[in-house]
Amino acid sequence: MNAKQLGKRLLQIVLVALGISFLTFLITYLAPGDPVRTMFAATGMMPSEEVVQETREAMGLNRPMLVQYVSWLQNCLRGDFGTSYAYHKPVAGLLMDRLWPTLKLSISAMFLMLLVAVPVGMAQATHKNSVVDYALRGVTFFGVSMPNFWVGLLLMLFFCVRLQLLPVVSSAGDIKSLILPSVTLAFAMSAKYTRQVRTAILEELNQDYVTGAMARGVAEWKILWMNVFPNSLLPLITMLGLSLGSLLGGTAVVEVIFSYPGMGSLAVAAITAYDYPLIQGYVLWISLIYMLVNLAVDISYSYVDPRMREGRQRL
Amino acid sequence: MKFKNFVKKNKSFCFFAVLALLIILAAVFAPLITGGVDPAASVLKDALQRPGGAHLFGTDKLGRDIFTRVIYGARTSLVAAFSVVLIIFVLGTALGVLSGYFGGWVDTVIMRIADMMVSFPDMVFAMAIAGILGASIRNAVIAVALVSWTKYARLARSLVLKIRNRDYVAAAVVTGSKTPYILMRYMVPNVIPTLIITAATDIGGMMLELAGLSFLGFGAKAPTPEWGLMLNEGRPFIQSAPWLMIYPGAAIFVVVVVFNLLGDALRDVLDVRDE
Repeated sequence: MNAKQLGKRLLQIVLVALGISFLTFLITYLAPGDPVRTMFAATGMMPSEEVVQETREAMGLNRPMLVQYVSWLQNCLRGDFGTSYAYHKPVAGLLMDRLWPTLKLSISAMFLMLLVAVPVGMAQATHKNSVVDYALRGVTFFGVSMPNFWVGLLLMLFFCVRLQLLPVVSSAGDIKSLILPSVTLAFAMSAKYTRQVRTAILEELNQDYVTGAMARGVAEWKILWMNVFPNSLLPLITMLGLSLGSLLGGTAVVEVIFSYPGMGSLAVAAITAYDYPLIQGYVLWISLIYMLVNLAVDISYSYVDPRMREGRQRL
Repeated sequence: MKFKNFVKKNKSFCFFAVLALLIILAAVFAPLITGGVDPAASVLKDALQRPGGAHLFGTDKLGRDIFTRVIYGARTSLVAAFSVVLIIFVLGTALGVLSGYFGGWVDTVIMRIADMMVSFPDMVFAMAIAGILGASIRNAVIAVALVSWTKYARLARSLVLKIRNRDYVAAAVVTGSKTPYILMRYMVPNVIPTLIITAATDIGGMMLELAGLSFLGFGAKAPTPEWGLMLNEGRPFIQSAPWLMIYPGAAIFVVVVVFNLLGDALRDVLDVRDE
């Protein structure tokens, strides 16, 4: 990526980030119910009409929407995401404490997924339409159709209740409690990703240079790992970035099942309690993470494919 | 004899269509299949009974028959998933066709909104919307529809752009066809087949998302028989009554598999490009 492209991309990023922040603000702004009353309800108080009006004024809720949005955005830029109604603590701190556990879960799930999906997808592509391919296609098909929360519950039933190998309730620190949540997350994702790996590798295998190399008697594994795999990295990385969206959403479900102390389970509790500042913070943070990862994916193109470094058009 | 030929030519499609039809019929005739048992009727003395005997799939903590609730759950899931797909199909097609045909600021506004929606992880945004609107199936449908229409709009737009500058469209404009007529007569029919395939393959995925929302407590409310919600309600009993999480989950799985296979088969039937 050259300087001009980078500048253009950064401008785009800023616009998208602004859009994200506006929509996030809009969700809670348009939410039915009065935030002041919700806030008091969270503390168990029944305020009088006067107190409600005063608090509304003090919180600036009587100002026009755009004014409210701009001041909220300014605070966010300063790192102040508001104060949680339910916990009476700054949202930034609450999310920060839960950020690492969720990232750890996502990263290990992604790692697991790659470990399964890449070799399996490649095996399917190289043995196209064989018995192995059909069998694995069947497996991935069922994998895609299984709800992730059901997979989680079944794993829990088997490993925690029947075999009693792993703890039912997860804690942040210990490795054992990371196993089932990441396996659950990786399960559905690897099914989807395996199919994509298969398609990408198959497409590359049809190229003339593969036939040429085969004809010259180059070892098959060499062609596969030295040529075909590097050449199909581009679509694979793109799809990996996109699948992170479902991964981040999936963490919420999985964290709830395994009582894993991450951002997702915090957010589910926040949504249930109408804790608007915390919900806003969560949606904003997760979307920004998603956006940044996809930016990283875009930048990685120029490393994976040198043709893109010289500012040529993306193929 | 045409029908017979169609069946012969598209065996797998017909097979899955029959299966899907059976599921739909089971949902419609739920009272007949369950022998008139009320899915919400709780008999506390029958609480947490093992599968077998009078209760094929066992009972939950309130003594409600799981089999009955699983069958009735098909109604909730099917109606919700079909509503979502119908909404995003109509909304996405309309916005995409307008965007592609008119271009200019209409295109910019619609596509920038779509871009923004894509920058959120689906489930996160749907969760926030459904939760804040308040837990109900209707709100879950709205939430999932809001995050899912963009795919259809983009697809419809790209298909319209392909034919927008064809001579026959220009001819229609020159001979004085009204714009709504051009849209309905030329643009919409052109995008419909591809979008129907997309819609058919999406039904299963939408079911999963809706069940996920209900599982988290942002969809169906008790005592509605809904599979995701049933799994959530059964969760505390994972040690003592595991059947509470086997059957509703299996029901989601089977129905999603059937509709996914049907979607794939429909693609083979409608997609002439393969031939």
